[in-house]
Amino acid sequence: MSATDTQAGANSLRSGPDGRGRFGIFGGRFVAETLMPLLLELDAAYTAAQADPEFHRELDYYLKDYVGRPSPLWLARRMTEQLGGARIYMKREELNHTGSHKLNNVMGQILLARRMGRTRIVAETGAGQHGVATATVCALFGMKCAIYMGATDVERQKPNVFRMRLLGAEVVPVTAGAGTLKDAMNEAMRDWVTNVHDTYFLVGTVAGPHPYPQMVRDFQSIIGVETKEQIMEAEGRLPDAIVAAIGGGSNAMGIFHPFLDDPEVKLIGVEAAGCGLDSGRTAASIERGRPGVLHGNRTYLLQDEDGQITEAHSISAGLDYPGVGPEHSWLSDIGRAEYVGATDQEALDAFQLCTRTEGIIPALESAHAIAYAAKLAPTMGRDQIIVINISGRGDKDIFTVAEHLGVKL
Amino acid sequence: MSRIARRFATLRAQGRGALIPYVEACDPDYDTALAILRGMPAAGADLIEVGVPFSDPSADGPTIQKAALRGLKGGSTMKRVLEMVRAFREGDDETPIILMGYTNPIEAYGAERFCTDAKAAGVDGLIVVDMPPEEADLLAGPAAASGLDIIRLVAPTTPDERLPVVFNGASGFVYYVSITGVTGTRTASTNELAQALPRLRKATDLPIAIGFGIRTPELAANAVSVADAAVVASALLNTLEGSLDADGKATATTVPAVLDQLRGLADAVHAVSKTT
Repeated sequence: MSATDTQAGANSLRSGPDGRGRFGIFGGRFVAETLMPLLLELDAAYTAAQADPEFHRELDYYLKDYVGRPSPLWLARRMTEQLGGARIYMKREELNHTGSHKLNNVMGQILLARRMGRTRIVAETGAGQHGVATATVCALFGMKCAIYMGATDVERQKPNVFRMRLLGAEVVPVTAGAGTLKDAMNEAMRDWVTNVHDTYFLVGTVAGPHPYPQMVRDFQSIIGVETKEQIMEAEGRLPDAIVAAIGGGSNAMGIFHPFLDDPEVKLIGVEAAGCGLDSGRTAASIERGRPGVLHGNRTYLLQDEDGQITEAHSISAGLDYPGVGPEHSWLSDIGRAEYVGATDQEALDAFQLCTRTEGIIPALESAHAIAYAAKLAPTMGRDQIIVINISGRGDKDIFTVAEHLGVKL
Repeated sequence: MSRIARRFATLRAQGRGALIPYVEACDPDYDTALAILRGMPAAGADLIEVGVPFSDPSADGPTIQKAALRGLKGGSTMKRVLEMVRAFREGDDETPIILMGYTNPIEAYGAERFCTDAKAAGVDGLIVVDMPPEEADLLAGPAAASGLDIIRLVAPTTPDERLPVVFNGASGFVYYVSITGVTGTRTASTNELAQALPRLRKATDLPIAIGFGIRTPELAANAVSVADAAVVASALLNTLEGSLDADGKATATTVPAVLDQLRGLADAVHAVSKTT
């Protein structure tokens, strides 16, 4: 099994993107000219790495002995009993080193950056999971590291900020805009455009200009590849549904992708509905946005009539992004995956349900997936199977949860 | 011949370089921005760039970001931007106007309708910062049909073998982003410019404008001594910002301060003799 297993025939849903980096009308490379030569170079370097067995050997080694793969597929017995329907399995990405799926991608990209001779890494982060993962591999390989984080998020994710600084990264608070993930993304792009000679931009999700959506997806596909093997071993068949949370969408794309050509498996992405899909305070880009261009790609975006990007809202700092990965936009348009919303409150309830029934404290991001699965499971038969992607652990979120529960820590 | 081509031909005949100042639409309000725009030709502007405010100008530095946000707060929409150009055209039928902005507001307006309406309003050219030639098909057809010039950006990172790709479909002039970085930050050295320009001249016959980091009359004069035009944006926006009151509103000094500075830049640019 390879971490970048993307073998697919021409008629496969897994064969995208096309030569221009597009999934249908989505994706592409909408960046300033300064960055175009770099993206073309990155594309060539990634293609070469993909074809190089040595790259895969190196990546597999780090994934096994440093990240801690494969991650288990856990049968959540008590939650299954309590909900009274489909058997629920959890893909335990929260058990990875640094506590989330983010390290799968970051490990792949840092090895690529090293091959390209880059010495400095910039990245953007929302909740801090991607920032911590990036700071971790920079420490591991002795690379300089700058992490851009919205000032609002720096405030609400203090433990992760401290972790990044301990790891030797420079954390740069971004005050432009609302000081959240989209503004951090803008600022990381500005840094990259300024320091192109030695800097690698390590994107944390399946968005941004081509080849990032493809590359991040390939590195995250290890989640789905393992899930497929593990569920075959446990149940002798594929699951009926896979449920994963969507901000930019990297954990969801990682678990979905190896199943795209298995039509019997329903793929369900759960966006952060925030205060409700129609409340005006939401992060549900596919359900309440329309196609547009931001951060280097065409995708579903929360925007006003004039094409100005609007602020997203979610209780989870990792999900409040006004866009989504272009491949998700395409999967939604062609109907291969279904996209639904879970509100802040539903996520909080699911957070507690998972904690009390399984002894697993999930990230608030993952709690959105759990919230929808908890609605779905009772409508299904006891012989049916749901897999939830537990993308990260919730230690970082206990302050947010405590505040909502009226507890002072 | 387009207004842009006509203007560069005239300048060439006169042996002069061009100054291209920048004004952000509706910054800090519609009337002030229009007054600045209207005053620019008399203050020495040869062509004018009008910024279309966007919420996420990721290739711009802090000065233009702030101007864009002020513009949005000042009521800017694409419709309003075109209205401002139309109002300018009532008194000036000669000075070329170039709209500079990002893809999404154009896509939201509808590319075809945008090109038709922009031309009708009196716009001559478009610079779309995040639309490299590889993604230009959205605008290429409608812009050509409306007779709008597509002005392409070239960067120090653009290798020689890519220049034909960049210039394919380019018209009006070429905008050389003289530094790797965002607007209004570092300034390219004379040496860097002297090396870059011959490389571009070999690949295109279009006039070349230099932008990013030109802050003073000396730097502007230096730029036109090697290129055909100098673009000044952040320096003028800084002056505008400095003239606002505590609530961010325009004051009596706002319009004269920007135009005075423009006059100083224009004098320096026009003092450079470009006889060949």
